[in-house]
Amino acid sequence: MFDQITMPRNLILAMAGAIALLYASPGQAQQAAEVQLTYSNSQFQPSEVRAPADRPVVFRVRNLDAKAMEFESKSLRVEKVIAAKSEGVINVRALKPGRYEFYDDFNDKVRGALTVQ
Amino acid sequence: MLAAIIIVFREVFEAGLIVGIVLAVTGGVPHRNRWIGGGVLAGVLAACLVAAFAGALSQLFEGMGQELFNAAILGVAVIMLTSHNVWMARHGKEIASDMRAVGRAVAEGDKPLAALAIVVGVAVLREGSEVALFLYGVAASDGGSALSLLIGGLVGLLLGAGVCLLTYFGLMRIPARALFATTTALITLLAAGMAAQAVAFLERANWLTSLDTVVWDSAWLLSETSIAGRALHTLIGYTDQPTQMQLLVYIAVILATIVLMRLTGQERSGHAVATG
Repeated sequence: MFDQITMPRNLILAMAGAIALLYASPGQAQQAAEVQLTYSNSQFQPSEVRAPADRPVVFRVRNLDAKAMEFESKSLRVEKVIAAKSEGVINVRALKPGRYEFYDDFNDKVRGALTVQ
Repeated sequence: MLAAIIIVFREVFEAGLIVGIVLAVTGGVPHRNRWIGGGVLAGVLAACLVAAFAGALSQLFEGMGQELFNAAILGVAVIMLTSHNVWMARHGKEIASDMRAVGRAVAEGDKPLAALAIVVGVAVLREGSEVALFLYGVAASDGGSALSLLIGGLVGLLLGAGVCLLTYFGLMRIPARALFATTTALITLLAAGMAAQAVAFLERANWLTSLDTVVWDSAWLLSETSIAGRALHTLIGYTDQPTQMQLLVYIAVILATIVLMRLTGQERSGHAVATG
């Protein structure tokens, strides 16, 4: 009975491992553009940022407040909780030109935008 | 206060759906309340722990600790759900003939219950850590608004429990015979959806970069952030912009489940003929 139950589980593990090995590729082929933001007193600083088009973007958001915030954007398809007094790194894939809004999901009055051009 | 209700409810919603399904799956199984209750409790405790160390967790793996942690626990849940389905396939005959037999069959070993308790724990952990962080932030901030936000949070939690009960009683209305097929399908899709979510986390962490082209965008039809979109996201893994890899893994989990269930089902019937 034990063998019967462990067999499929091992199979799944092996499959997951194989998939991970096949496709995991460390590093990004294209150099990402970095966008630095701070979050303090419930405000993004700066609240308007820019990035070049067709290149991956990395957000580095430093939360200086004493409580956690959640960096979220529907158009960028990201959401990440950033604990109090810490920095969050958010990867975004290459973007088309346009304006992408982001906000604090724990307090959605706090907004900012990324302009890609 | 309304904002707090919405934030907390949104997080508890998914866990509520999953706990409701697991309760329905284990209907009539002895000791199930102890296992599932234990799973919820462990999930809450783990969520508080994760929330307390959220800052440290984020810093791991070059800032991708959160994403990789989420992918890993989703992976655990996928394996647990799949092994549950495989286990049930072996006992499918008893289930089809007599619902009470399931109780006896499951009582043979606590393995499937433990697997489902882990699934419940993982669901509560994932959603709970955000709720804990949010409520902690509220409690830490000064002013009279804190109390009303806390009350809002509590109402959100209760609404989540309501979702759990609705799911459970909804599923329990299905006749026993059809319930097995329904829950098997539900759990398979739940597992496939979780696997696709795990892929999304690995993609965000840049650990998975191949086949990351978005296949379609159905946000105009059903946004992932609407309530219906969220429910479908939890239940069947609906995403309005899936990548090729997400689709591939989604289909692979469904196929793997079918194949494994067939294999163990045959094993079982072969065994039954030999001994009976």
